Amino acid sequence: MFLGLLPTVLNVLILVSIFLFLIPQETIIRLLGKNSGALGMMIAAVIGSISLIPAFISYPLASILIKSGVSYRVVAIFITTLLMVGVLTLPIEAKFFGLKVSIMRNTLSFIGALVIGLIIGIFL
Amino acid sequence: MKKYILSGMFVIFLIASFYFNLSYGKSMGNNFWIFFKEMITFLPFMFILVGLFDVWFPREKVEKHIGKQSGIKGTVWVILLAMLQAGPLYGAFPVTYLLWKKGCSIKNIFIYLGAFSTLKIPMLTFEIGFLGLRFSLLRTVVTLPVFILIGKIMEMYLRDKKFEVKQPLLEKRRM
Repeated sequence: MFLGLLPTVLNVLILVSIFLFLIPQETIIRLLGKNSGALGMMIAAVIGSISLIPAFISYPLASILIKSGVSYRVVAIFITTLLMVGVLTLPIEAKFFGLKVSIMRNTLSFIGALVIGLIIGIFL
Repeated sequence: MKKYILSGMFVIFLIASFYFNLSYGKSMGNNFWIFFKEMITFLPFMFILVGLFDVWFPREKVEKHIGKQSGIKGTVWVILLAMLQAGPLYGAFPVTYLLWKKGCSIKNIFIYLGAFSTLKIPMLTFEIGFLGLRFSLLRTVVTLPVFILIGKIMEMYLRDKKFEVKQPLLEKRRM
């Protein structure tokens, strides 16, 4: 299991290393840091909704983001949308629940993620 | 082997940049090394934990308790069942079909999806390891009422409509 995951883990780490080198820390803090406001929250929510990153990779990634100056609020929104909202898996979901119900569940989860992030932001 | 192409290119790039003394290669390599060290110390430990949980709490034992029960008790069992599993969100859809067949309420089906996506124990061990117990506890406590509310809204909306969970996979797959 561990060896099977290794290439994925390595690839994500390499891409993040390159990404963090290319984008200066000040830019990251400005867009996603403590004072980033609604824009940072939306960036995190949209990226989280459309990406298909497995949870066990998203946590080391989140820990790197926090060390780079990203706020807990933004990280919480990113993680929650990543977990609960699946835009790319919507066609699969629709086969089980129907398209309308699936869109509704994803929309509610998206709003829920923003609320969760805001509340966590108050404490951390 | 294909999967290691990027890793291989990165290693060659790093060696080249050290050889020619390029600063950006060193900086990227430095980033990578810090992340890699953290990863390699945590991951094996977590996989052991995940394996132990699997043995200690067999899914079948919990599944037994989710019959036609409704109310708070059913919700608690559904959340417990979801917490003991692993895998991506789309892996949960076939399970919701089974729950639906067993007479699970609409509310509990969506609560199951919420708990499955956000409160899986194997995943929580990763979260605590990388982001700390404080963050993990806070996120759990805040998330729980949010997806219970989502379940209630879905049930209120779908109660009078012809809602059913379908099983689109023709051949029966092991879940």
